[in-house]
Amino acid sequence: MSQAAETTRGHERPAPPGEPSAAPSSDGLSLRAVTKSFGGFHAVRSLDLDVPRGSFIALLGPSGCGKTTTLRMVAGLEVPTSGTITLAGQDITRLKPYQRPVNTVFQSYALFPHLDIFENVAFGLRRRKAKDVDATVRQMLDLVELGSQARKRPAQLSGGQQQRVALARALINNPEVLLLDEPLGALDLKLRRSMQVEIKRIQTDVGRTFVHVTHDQEEAMTMADTVAVMNAGVIEQMGAPAELYENPRSTFVANFLGQSNLIAGRVVSRSADVVTVDMHGIQVSVPAARSHTDGDGGWVGIRPEKVLIGEAGSQLDAPGNTIPGGVVSDVSFVGVSTQYLVRMPWGQELQVFSQNTGRTRIFETGDQVELSWRPEYAFLLDAAQDASAGAQRADSD
Amino acid sequence: MAWLRRNLVLILGIAVLVYTFVPIFVVVLMSFNDPASRLIYSFDGFTLHNWLNLCEDPSMCSALGRSVQIGLLSTVVSTILGTMAAFALVRHDFRGRSATNLLIFLPMAAPEIVLGSSLLALFVGAGFAGQLGFWTILIAHIMFCLSFVVVTVRARLAGLDDTLEQAAMDLYATPQQTFWRVTFPLVFPGILGAALLSFSLSFDDFIVTNLNAGQTTTFPMYVWGVAQRGVPMQVNVVGTIMFLISVVIVVGGEVVSRRRSRALA
Repeated sequence: MSQAAETTRGHERPAPPGEPSAAPSSDGLSLRAVTKSFGGFHAVRSLDLDVPRGSFIALLGPSGCGKTTTLRMVAGLEVPTSGTITLAGQDITRLKPYQRPVNTVFQSYALFPHLDIFENVAFGLRRRKAKDVDATVRQMLDLVELGSQARKRPAQLSGGQQQRVALARALINNPEVLLLDEPLGALDLKLRRSMQVEIKRIQTDVGRTFVHVTHDQEEAMTMADTVAVMNAGVIEQMGAPAELYENPRSTFVANFLGQSNLIAGRVVSRSADVVTVDMHGIQVSVPAARSHTDGDGGWVGIRPEKVLIGEAGSQLDAPGNTIPGGVVSDVSFVGVSTQYLVRMPWGQELQVFSQNTGRTRIFETGDQVELSWRPEYAFLLDAAQDASAGAQRADSD
Repeated sequence: MAWLRRNLVLILGIAVLVYTFVPIFVVVLMSFNDPASRLIYSFDGFTLHNWLNLCEDPSMCSALGRSVQIGLLSTVVSTILGTMAAFALVRHDFRGRSATNLLIFLPMAAPEIVLGSSLLALFVGAGFAGQLGFWTILIAHIMFCLSFVVVTVRARLAGLDDTLEQAAMDLYATPQQTFWRVTFPLVFPGILGAALLSFSLSFDDFIVTNLNAGQTTTFPMYVWGVAQRGVPMQVNVVGTIMFLISVVIVVGGEVVSRRRSRALA
């Protein structure tokens, strides 16, 4: 149980939904009950979000979840239908984009094709009549390693270079908040990985608030200190990447962030620490802190890599919930691990990722197995939620 | 036979080019002609006389001057009005926008003779029968140039990514600065193209002009008028000059843009 307590400690997010926070963090960015409707469509619904100054937050969600609309409202490119946005204590809800200390790296980069790299980067400084434009731009171009390309046009640069120009053009203005709208979407995988590290490094160096919008869960978890998972215009859950992954509160988060086995169950008893759930005749326990439903039923969730697999009747290493009667129905060997699909007596196929440590043999299709997991890794979700919400693959249940 | 098959595309290409350039070549050649008779079109000898005595027939030069004047004025007015209309049509959603988009094509689609005669009916009906001339021609030219400007500029504007303007605003540019620093420079090639098109449409328009000119004569009307009596060789000089000016503009534009990109590469 101690482990469970550890993984859940401090997972309370800054502003729980529904409860109006008494004092918005005065120096950061905060959104209060922000709603944006386009005609009858609600892109963002009464969204509350607090971003402390200097933090790196990712808004993660599938396309159409409202993450980009949220970003554009912070940038001033959309005006909220209702609600307020404050930055460092100042209400910026209705300020024009050019009146707020916020800059954006656009998904398409939006570099000015008629200006060279130098003038693109200098654009914001010139509009604000800054001094020492020349030296500042040189310095910024060196930071993104484009010093030698200053007189080229955007079209003459590669995608990765254009991306760095877009970043430099926004960063040079020293914005209170830097918004990144899927800035790595157009890059190939290898370049994307190195840019993720690069942007994270720059954020640490300049110590500014970064708000990053992405649909790539791996990108969000790698780069951000805090991830807010968005779905259908609301934030489903927000927290550090590890918290979100280890203790998802909804089926959407459980499926969208990584993969989960969700097994239907009925709550048998509740104590202060433990909820006992009957799962197709097998009793399993879930830490109370990881139970996110008050109902009689629920989805027992367990990550595939937390499930141990062993011969039927064998003594598994994990002192915890044991589920006998499985039959291996699919085996994929992926090198570092083996991914199994195991058909359970109630017909459901569970995913199991087993590290290839060499200590256990690799099972074959048709083998009788039993599964087990430590109770502290399991979580319990609301039965009313769709078990396949947020799943990227049809076979994940 | 095999050789022919290999080079057929090249041969056809050259043939088409020759076919296109022959009339221009004849115009240039004739500008140096020393004709034996005004009525016979043959090259009788080389002379610079036509070039050195451009205004031998003063009525040709005054018609030419008038055409240039009308061309420039209608270009300026239709380019400004048309550019503004194109911005309204692309950037603003208003009642009747799609109808306007359709109607703007009408002057281009309607036969010129119909356009010209209905304009004449309009002018006469409005009581301008006695005042047909420079101003009625100008009004007519602005009208039909306008459609071409709107269509040309609109195409350029529609192809312009509006996140560029959002990016400018995000980088502290006011709406005015955004327009002059980003939008206008990017749309400018379209506006320039529209202006050049307007000038050439206005300069060589005959049908609409002829119907609404009254006693006034433009250059195309002059050429038409003297054609029966034998066209003076100076007409070819004017043609050659016009041709050279357009070549200079096109080649100049190409050289500037090439040099710009080469210097940066």
